[in-house]
Amino acid sequence: MDLKLKIWRQKNASERGRFVNYKISNISPDSSFLEMLDVLNEELISFGEEPVVFDHDCREGICGTCGMYINGRPHGPDELITACQLHMRKFRDGETIVIEPWRARAFPVIKDLMVDRSAFDELMQDSGYVSVNTGNAPDANTIPVQKEQADLSMDAATCIGCGACVAACKNASAMLFVSAKVSHLALLPQGRVEAKKRAALMVAKMDALGFGNCTNTGACEAECPKGIKLTNIARLNREYYKASIF
Amino acid sequence: MTKLDSKIPEGPLDKKWSNYKANQNLVNPANKRKLDIIVVGTGLAGASAAASLAEMGFKVKSFCYQDSPRRAHSIAAQGGINAAKNYPNDGDSVYRLFYDTIKGGDYRSREANVYRLAEVSNQIIDQCVAQGVPFAREYGGTLANRSFGGALVSRTFYARGQTGQQLLLGAYQAQSRQIKQGNIEMYPRMEMMNLVIIDGKARGIIARDVITGELKRFSAHSVVLATGGYGNVFFLSTMAMGSNVSAAWQSYKKGAAFGNPCFVQIHPTCIPVHGEYQSKLTLMSESLRNDGRIWVPKHKEDAERIRKGEITAGDLPEEGRDYYLERRYPAFGNLVPRDVASRAAKERCDAGFGVGNTGLAVYLDFKDSIERLGKDTIEAKYGNLFQMYEKITDENPYETPMMIYPAIHYAMGGLWVDYELQTTIPGLFATGEANFSDHGANRLGASALMQGLADGYFVLPYTIQNYLAHEINTPRFSTDTPEFDAAEKETSEQLISLMNIKGTKSVDTFHKKLGKIMWEYVGMARNMEGLKTAIEEIRELRKDFYANLRIPGELNDLNPELQKATRLADFLELGELMAMDALNREESCGGHFREEYQTGEGEALRDDKQYNYVAAWTFSGEGKAPEMIREALVFEEIEVKQRNYK
Ligand SMILES: Cc1cc2nc3c(=O)[nH]c(=O)nc-3n(C[C@H](O)[C@H](O)[C@H](O)COP(=O)(O)OP(=O)(O)OC[C@H]3O[C@@H](n4cnc5c(N)ncnc54)[C@H](O)[C@@H]3O)c2cc1C
Ligand code: SF4
Ligand code: FES
Repeated sequence: MDLKLKIWRQKNASERGRFVNYKISNISPDSSFLEMLDVLNEELISFGEEPVVFDHDCREGICGTCGMYINGRPHGPDELITACQLHMRKFRDGETIVIEPWRARAFPVIKDLMVDRSAFDELMQDSGYVSVNTGNAPDANTIPVQKEQADLSMDAATCIGCGACVAACKNASAMLFVSAKVSHLALLPQGRVEAKKRAALMVAKMDALGFGNCTNTGACEAECPKGIKLTNIARLNREYYKASIF
Repeated sequence: MTKLDSKIPEGPLDKKWSNYKANQNLVNPANKRKLDIIVVGTGLAGASAAASLAEMGFKVKSFCYQDSPRRAHSIAAQGGINAAKNYPNDGDSVYRLFYDTIKGGDYRSREANVYRLAEVSNQIIDQCVAQGVPFAREYGGTLANRSFGGALVSRTFYARGQTGQQLLLGAYQAQSRQIKQGNIEMYPRMEMMNLVIIDGKARGIIARDVITGELKRFSAHSVVLATGGYGNVFFLSTMAMGSNVSAAWQSYKKGAAFGNPCFVQIHPTCIPVHGEYQSKLTLMSESLRNDGRIWVPKHKEDAERIRKGEITAGDLPEEGRDYYLERRYPAFGNLVPRDVASRAAKERCDAGFGVGNTGLAVYLDFKDSIERLGKDTIEAKYGNLFQMYEKITDENPYETPMMIYPAIHYAMGGLWVDYELQTTIPGLFATGEANFSDHGANRLGASALMQGLADGYFVLPYTIQNYLAHEINTPRFSTDTPEFDAAEKETSEQLISLMNIKGTKSVDTFHKKLGKIMWEYVGMARNMEGLKTAIEEIRELRKDFYANLRIPGELNDLNPELQKATRLADFLELGELMAMDALNREESCGGHFREEYQTGEGEALRDDKQYNYVAAWTFSGEGKAPEMIREALVFEEIEVKQRNYK
């Protein structure tokens, strides 16, 4: 395949970025999107130019490191996948592909397509855990957990922390991420104990970190590579409401 | 010369760990606050250790190269984690898990370590459930189990096909809690480049800030390496792109012995290679072998026609299929250990029965289990794996059989450690995949997660105190010492010299070449001549690398090419040591298969008289041959036999 690429290049956080056009040819439709960028980078290096910087690690859709807008969509034109799982067969020969970093106040650009998502870690550090020390646990089967609850918890726990939900949201809200975290724990007896407090603290922290408000547009759900559902936001709101009245 | 003391406690096997704990030195709470521990790595082994140590009251500094500790490659583990709970009541026990692990490792691991691992396995599951890990459950609300290769019982706990991510989130959350409480200082995007030794003890590290390129110094009373495995020496592997050996390798060059470097695991079920541009290989969890049947065409002509695209798998009648694992190993069938399954696939493909356009693939077929259990059940168990497969290959595994081929997956070898998980450098500990300890010559499925968490939650937090108890009078020390100066200078000079080569070839050009040499000669089947060729070729490649490498960009800036180059420089040395180790070991065992040493039926032929030992290699200086020290393995409990999965 022959392609035209329009890629956001930005030297660092303080300098302004711009789109740069590249042409690339002989790309196999079976290669992954990031492998296509590898090919581009190898060419750039052969000309002595700096390669395009982008974050990636596992390349199998689980670590949540990769992430960029591809033709205006977080993780690109396919459903339920991350950028690293996108394959070139989803594009047409001769197509122009526009590639940009996540755009959100809480995720400043570091270089080219790489952004700083440490705000997610700060959210988790605030209260995204069960307060239990190593060595204190009773036998794992002591408390039975309804399979349905465990499955719902697992659905929420599949969030990989990629940030596509924030990037997709016009308010750059982190509601889908926070709701996934709160739901994962609130649905299990072990996490239930601190559920209300957790919801209240994480929502407050989200505001403090510069994420926007949720206005229920649902763009996050549409772009989430792991299919995290809006019902989690409803659950978060219930926990939050409970926390504010008790 | 370095001496090896494995420090195995006295007493009967099943009492060793409790005796150890009863008699070891502990550090009192007031003193814990005065002691600093550096933990490099935030995978299961690192995050669990950092969290547990911080909960105990130590001050921890935690490092990873990713942007968040939650992204360590443990996250990618799919299939599950073993424990001897015996919840299914199928006859499991601590002893059986211990026995299976020793046997699975082809009798090349230490009994005492493995027994302890089996002993603490149950506590791991308890701990993870308490943290909110959403393990799969039965309708009655109890935990569900599945079976894995190399075992006749169902002892694997799992969270869909994402067990690693869920366990890691548990450990990451525990770690996050300690960060908030101020007991852990977290340094993401900070890559360890060098180890600092003062008066013979590990006292700190030099790390490079990935964003600014700046070198930074960190001191502590003890350093723990939980930096994962070195599979990327093969370029293509199931590891993450950034997985590397550098922290362990730099420590080796400072005096830490490296155990059994040639023991690497080739996983039988990965998506086959499809092109030159390929950057990594994707694993299809071994759990698929529970319900999938592996086969190739029985007749060569059929295999040929499939390769040419004239017919497809579906066109072959039952009689035309060779379920070669079920045929060769009726007792274990598709669930034989990984090394056995991988070699059997290679044997069939080399003999001309392989499928796919390259001929380097075999089928993993779900037709029978879909008929038996229904598509829904299969989807509930493996849905995300099937989706992953389809996204990569554009084929629907519910309808056509998957194509798979072995790929490099895990490193059993690693830094040599004693029973306390301490390396040969006092104060330097190694945990998880980074050490060599528990899996011998082959790791059983679902045992790496178990080992990482055993090390981090339940072993190291105790054993490290036996060391730190002698350090309570050592005040926190500054990084303003000649030793830190020297270590930083050494690293800085290495970086500058790499930048200054200014050649014409990219890092990946060299890495791909190294990968090809390793896969060809130090891969699934090895022989004397090939290993000698590998050593020659790696040396040549290293020369080429230092003469012709090109790194664009700047030294003191975010520079991924420079990052890759420093990692590759270490792989280029490790690769040679792996070949030397493989050459030295004139036997076949587990993942190490020397073609010269096999039974008439093509099974691995061990030589227990001569090679019943751990080969611990020590660095003797640049350009000098490393020295090999033997740690003899003593089996008191288990009778050493040829493995038999028939
Ligand atoms: C695809 C896949 C599937 C697997 N499935 C299973 C399974 O189902 N069951 C099972 O038991 N095992 C499985 N394994 C094996 C298992 O996941 C690993 O062996 C285990 O998770 C390793 O954990 P770790 O903590 O030792 O290392 P890792 O999780 O790899 O963590 C390494 C850490 O070290 C850091 N690091 C590395 N180098 C540096 C440096 N120089 N400076 C700073 N930080 C550094 C990294 O940032 C990271 O935080 C699988 C492995 C793979 C690749
Ligand atoms: S909710 Fe979805 S989009 Fe948001 S971080 Fe999690 S996985 Fe990514
Ligand atoms: S690189 Fe890990 S999810 Fe894409």
